Amino acid sequence: MYKSWWKITGVVLVIYTCTAGFLLDVPQLPALGETIRNLYFHVCMWFAMMILFSISMVNAIRYLRTFDLKYDIYARQFAVVGIIFGILGYATGAIWMSFTWADPNNPTFDSFSTVARDPKLIGAAIALLVYFAYLVLRDSVNDMDKRARISSVYNIFAYAMLFPSIWIIPRLLPSLHPGGENGNPALDTKDIDGSMRMVFYPAIIGWTLIGVWITTLKIRINLLKEKKLSSL
Amino acid sequence: MKIKSILLLFLFCFISINLLAQDENGGMASLMRSNGRIYVVVAVVLLILAGLILYLVRLDKKISKLEKDN
Repeated sequence: MYKSWWKITGVVLVIYTCTAGFLLDVPQLPALGETIRNLYFHVCMWFAMMILFSISMVNAIRYLRTFDLKYDIYARQFAVVGIIFGILGYATGAIWMSFTWADPNNPTFDSFSTVARDPKLIGAAIALLVYFAYLVLRDSVNDMDKRARISSVYNIFAYAMLFPSIWIIPRLLPSLHPGGENGNPALDTKDIDGSMRMVFYPAIIGWTLIGVWITTLKIRINLLKEKKLSSL
Repeated sequence: MKIKSILLLFLFCFISINLLAQDENGGMASLMRSNGRIYVVVAVVLLILAGLILYLVRLDKKISKLEKDN
């Protein structure tokens, strides 16, 4: 949390993503064209969200094992930053899909109402709402120990809800989003060009490290606050 | 103090970019106009990123200072 080498790694990888991501050649596919470069940004937001939510759940379990309030603060801050990355993923996806799935200038494309009913979109919205409820629940209880215990248990359930809503149900239903009934988008070896992986994997690591860095700052502020409260 | 001098250094870097842009056939100017001017976008994105990261670094330093004081 206090070392700087991984922060520097994150910064370097994100800078690399933003340069190589724009400058390297990408395969030109119909409908996608240059927009496939969004893979380095939009998809990485969801990867970062998933990793941050996982760390949050692990800290919730650590709290329930030790009853150390420190872990409850960890769990909450990782969940908040995960939600921010999720919202960014949703918003960037909205821009991307309005020019690839439902282009108003192209009559052969699907209409917006079909797109809005896409199971992947609804699933991601449910997952984010479940985590919003986590914040509402945690911040509405005044007693510190009770708050930590209830919210840690809810956190584990919220994490369990992530899997059906963003991984399983969109895979079972026909979807416009890549990775409907045929495997994992972007991770499949036949899905993206090898040269794109050179940017894609560093991008995931870079964005995730930036997310973790922001979280540690929030954790440190909250630990300071806690210290001040207990010394009064 | 250190941060102020680094910021000043950045400022001077950008002044020199401005001077280079005056030169029609200069290296930087032709680079920025090549390849459908994608380099201009890269420069804009990198500047925004640099600003955000600088902000994070400053926050990190401020929190470290607070932790030391307590």
